[in-house]
Amino acid sequence: MDLLAKYAHFVERHKRMIELGVHDVGVSVDEILSPTRAMIKGRETILAGTNNYMGITFEKECIEAGKRALDTAGTGTTGSRMANGNYAMHQELEAELAAFLGREHVMVFTTGYQANLGMISGLAGAKDTVYLDADSHASIYDACSVSGAQLVRFRHNDPDNLAKRLARANDEGEGGRLVVLEGIYSMFGDRAPLKEFIDVKREYGYTLLLDEAHSFGVLGDNGRGLADEVGLEDEVDFVVGTFSKSIGSIGGFGAGNHPMFDLLRFAARAYMFTASSSPATIATSSEALRQLAARPELRDRLRHNSARLHQGFKDLGLRLCCDVVSPVVAVFVDDEPSAVTMWNALLNEGVYVNLALPPGTPNSTCLLRCSVSAAHTDDDIDKIIAMFANVVATSGERAAE
Amino acid sequence: MAVDDKEIFEELCRLLTPFNTDSIELKPETDISADLNIDSVSVMDFVMEVEDKYDIDIPLNVLSETRTMNDLIEVVRGRISGA
Repeated sequence: MDLLAKYAHFVERHKRMIELGVHDVGVSVDEILSPTRAMIKGRETILAGTNNYMGITFEKECIEAGKRALDTAGTGTTGSRMANGNYAMHQELEAELAAFLGREHVMVFTTGYQANLGMISGLAGAKDTVYLDADSHASIYDACSVSGAQLVRFRHNDPDNLAKRLARANDEGEGGRLVVLEGIYSMFGDRAPLKEFIDVKREYGYTLLLDEAHSFGVLGDNGRGLADEVGLEDEVDFVVGTFSKSIGSIGGFGAGNHPMFDLLRFAARAYMFTASSSPATIATSSEALRQLAARPELRDRLRHNSARLHQGFKDLGLRLCCDVVSPVVAVFVDDEPSAVTMWNALLNEGVYVNLALPPGTPNSTCLLRCSVSAAHTDDDIDKIIAMFANVVATSGERAAE
Repeated sequence: MAVDDKEIFEELCRLLTPFNTDSIELKPETDISADLNIDSVSVMDFVMEVEDKYDIDIPLNVLSETRTMNDLIEVVRGRISGA
């Protein structure tokens, strides 16, 4: 039996995509020029789909910190945190993050995916139940599977639907209940209605883990995420975040105030059985965190750019996935062939956005997804709007009046 | 209140209609994902409709072992009666 035979039904779809001009295995960024520019298909392209929210990837101080770490600590740790890969710099970054977040404990993971995998599967076990939002990121779904817990999916951003499910289960079993929410949902850019979910928490009781992957560094007066923005950090038991977006590097973290938090290091297999982050990665992450703390104007700039793109798309009559201004600005497209054709036309015009298709999207929708950066100029944003005007608005993708 | 399998089957067929975009004929032995060519997320969305209709929870762990309409009927029946 050919093990790949089970994917045979994807062959046609894959072929169709290639015929429409999508690259075989993804776009090749031939040369990266800046947080907002790259050479793609031989031309300089505006990047509007990189999640590089703070535009911090080419920051001089971060690069210098990375170079120093390479010179002094070498290219890699060649081991896990539990063995030889626990350098002082890993622990310093955890302490800096704890201070930034105002949390007692932080553990750093090698990727954001692993942070969710490790935290959720570390917290929830076979007797527990995890309640996850229907639109949760794949890392949350995978974490739930790894945990062995009962998994109950509730309707996206629907606290009443969660309450109904918690009420049904109230007399069942002795296990704990973990609810997983996201600060900003990656595809539509919408925020979780945190206050309403916390009203449900007060009524039914559960442990809350908030994944701030797209909101850490981005939302809130202190840049700590959605809970910071709405003033409800004390109600969030555990926070997960990533370094691959606002921090501009790679890695992730879990944080909390539970007195037994550090035992998760021994329970989270995604933490234990993988090599720790390289010295350069830790050094650039630490420096980027300092920049986020010291430069709130980056968040102001991101808000300004997000509002400009949001309004520009609205003025074009495009169907937006989210009514509220968010650094993720996604546009609905009718079907897959149109989405692929438009995405390719946008790339040929000179802007890279994300082509998002089912099953990676909510409700089987097809999307052209932009993520805004603080490093975009007003002119960049206006050019992106103009290219969408040429390619998307002229194709009849206007909001139904 | 006992709900018989035929009633559940008919209700499942009704709830499945918006997801069964190729309008494939539904039988008790139909494999919901494979025969109807529905992706994993759409199967979960369909099951959420079933949960709301019957006011039950069908954990994803149970769903991963549920393939055919018959399997799902059995799950729904069991959950309604609190088994």
